[in-house]
Amino acid sequence: MTKLNARTLSKEEHFYGHKACGGCGESLALRLALKVLGKEAYLSLPAGCMAAVSFIYPNMAFRNNAMITPFAATASVATGIEAGLKALGKKNPLSVGFAGDGGTADIGIQALSGALDRNRKFIYICTDNEAYMNTGIQRSGLTPFGAATTTTPAGRAIRGNLGRKKNLFEIVAAHGIPYAATASIGYPEDFLAKVQKAKETEGPSYIQVYCPCPTGWGYPPEITVDLAKEAVDTGLWFLGEFEEGIFWLNRKPRAFASLREHLARQGRFRHLQEEDLAALERERDHIWESKFNLWPLAK
Amino acid sequence: MNSYAFLNGNEAAAWGVRLCRPQVVAAYPITPQTKAVEKIAQFVQDGDLLCEYLHVESEHSAMSCSIGASSVGARTFTATSSQGLLYMAECLPYASGARLPIVMMNANRAIATPWNIYGDQMDMPYVLNSGWIQLFAENAQEALDLIIQSFRLGEDEKILAPVMVNLDGFVLTHTYEKVHIPSQEEVDAFLPAPKPRKHMMNDESPMSMCISAGNQHNLEFKIRQHRDLLPAEELFEGIDKEYEKAFGRGYGGALEGYRTEDAEHLLLATGSVCGTLRHMVDLLREERHSVGLVKMRMLRPFPVKRLGALCSGAKTLGVLDKNLSFGYEGTVFTNVNSALHQEGIPLRSYNFIGGLGGRDITRQDVRSMVRVLEESDKTTEKIHYLNVRCAL
Repeated sequence: MTKLNARTLSKEEHFYGHKACGGCGESLALRLALKVLGKEAYLSLPAGCMAAVSFIYPNMAFRNNAMITPFAATASVATGIEAGLKALGKKNPLSVGFAGDGGTADIGIQALSGALDRNRKFIYICTDNEAYMNTGIQRSGLTPFGAATTTTPAGRAIRGNLGRKKNLFEIVAAHGIPYAATASIGYPEDFLAKVQKAKETEGPSYIQVYCPCPTGWGYPPEITVDLAKEAVDTGLWFLGEFEEGIFWLNRKPRAFASLREHLARQGRFRHLQEEDLAALERERDHIWESKFNLWPLAK
Repeated sequence: MNSYAFLNGNEAAAWGVRLCRPQVVAAYPITPQTKAVEKIAQFVQDGDLLCEYLHVESEHSAMSCSIGASSVGARTFTATSSQGLLYMAECLPYASGARLPIVMMNANRAIATPWNIYGDQMDMPYVLNSGWIQLFAENAQEALDLIIQSFRLGEDEKILAPVMVNLDGFVLTHTYEKVHIPSQEEVDAFLPAPKPRKHMMNDESPMSMCISAGNQHNLEFKIRQHRDLLPAEELFEGIDKEYEKAFGRGYGGALEGYRTEDAEHLLLATGSVCGTLRHMVDLLREERHSVGLVKMRMLRPFPVKRLGALCSGAKTLGVLDKNLSFGYEGTVFTNVNSALHQEGIPLRSYNFIGGLGGRDITRQDVRSMVRVLEESDKTTEKIHYLNVRCAL
């Protein structure tokens, strides 16, 4: 298999003419993934930015077969499509769900769990921008500690989100599915390789891709990819895989890039005080020492 | 095979499903629907029915999987009841808006709270506006026949709408009857394999489905969906006639009038209670009461003109609702009155609420209904409750 990169990646576009914001990380993740998945992929997208910007009658932005699903139903519609195609005699149907963090970690988690449990071939890609962006930046189960959202504002008494980002990757892996991964649009080659791997996987697979959002996070649109890369380099996000029952790490930063500088570039963290930043650094260090450093580095 | 069997309503519906050769079945258990999905599972596990059987984790996913499967053209069946119907309610208009001819059996059951698993029709009105064709079976044989008719109806390219087949919980789903099972060849001839639809996802010409349409377009989509559903009434009658020719059983399409021609007083109902009412009409006729029965098999689309024609000669009409819209009246009553008003039928109508939570509707109750109708000069009360056990 040729290594997927800027040179080898298909020039074909499957997702264009949509109305996403400039600098949108999620739409970049979809665009890249579809170049790997190809036109034969049947797409399910629930309520969320990507559905809202691409199915506005009469302008359809997907070249693929694509469908807006009920909010909670990305995974169930996707498995229904796969079953339907299979029943009609199609060989190796490729059904792919794309949902945001809220659509996956909150309202869609039951359907996702059920679909993984059915153990049928489909790909679920969670485009994680850490809040409900389409409805106006409300907190989701994947919003990180400290982030200001419209439902966890930087108030005088409470400074942003008090909850922790749900560990969805390991929740998914606990289903014992053949393949799960985390990725970031800041490391596109890693992401593309993981989409390719998911495509080739027999049975269900899951990829959670980190997608910064200029509108929701409060930063200029031209630094989206930068921030996505930085999040990995600072150790706040990670590139990992779950395969054959083992957790792997794809990248171990020798030294973390500055978490404080990274957060200072985002409006959603601007209110954080010294004690909050120190807490975030402590938590980051703890999770690497107690977990990620124990995971083997993938070949 | 072309044979008779001793089946309950659930099993009869499952046999209907088997004969229709669905390609995908998504199922989640809920009392009193369980025997239907169990029976279908048995057919699949025994190799008697070749289909993708999806064990889903909820009714929401049962409907969502069905939507996915039907959106690529697979013939799809699911079944639910009561709270399960309410749980999947959000998904129902996706199916109808995307014009997906899914067939679903709904075992009519009470709605919590107070919690109750027995049969009434409180669940059905919640989804009357969902864009699904709404049909009702009187007995197990009709349940089997109705499933077959439903696939024909929903898949007709002029209609393309999902169909809900309502079976009264327990009274119908769990009561055994002698049921005729048509042969597979006969059903295959009546219901050919599903044809590719114009609007479905496919490899040759990819589609976007369940799209969004803003205020510039939305109204027109809804009007077209509404208008396209209306001819289902006449088509259903045609399908029913064709069915009668093929299998020897016809039911009258959207509604059946039983001894209505010269009746002064009409009773109207949906579902299994029509059996009781039919029996009582015969009995009361012997006692020289001028009564007849209107059995409504279809509530959506609503057969306005046919109902008007059936009722035009009567003096009074008693509508039996196994549901109650709190703060108003029974929902069938509301619908019937609107139709009568549209058709200019000047009869007096009364609403009888009964059977809630599985309460029996007795012969005595039917007598009391007829008494209200016969003494309508003296009756000002519009709503009457049947078989009430204590003073309220």
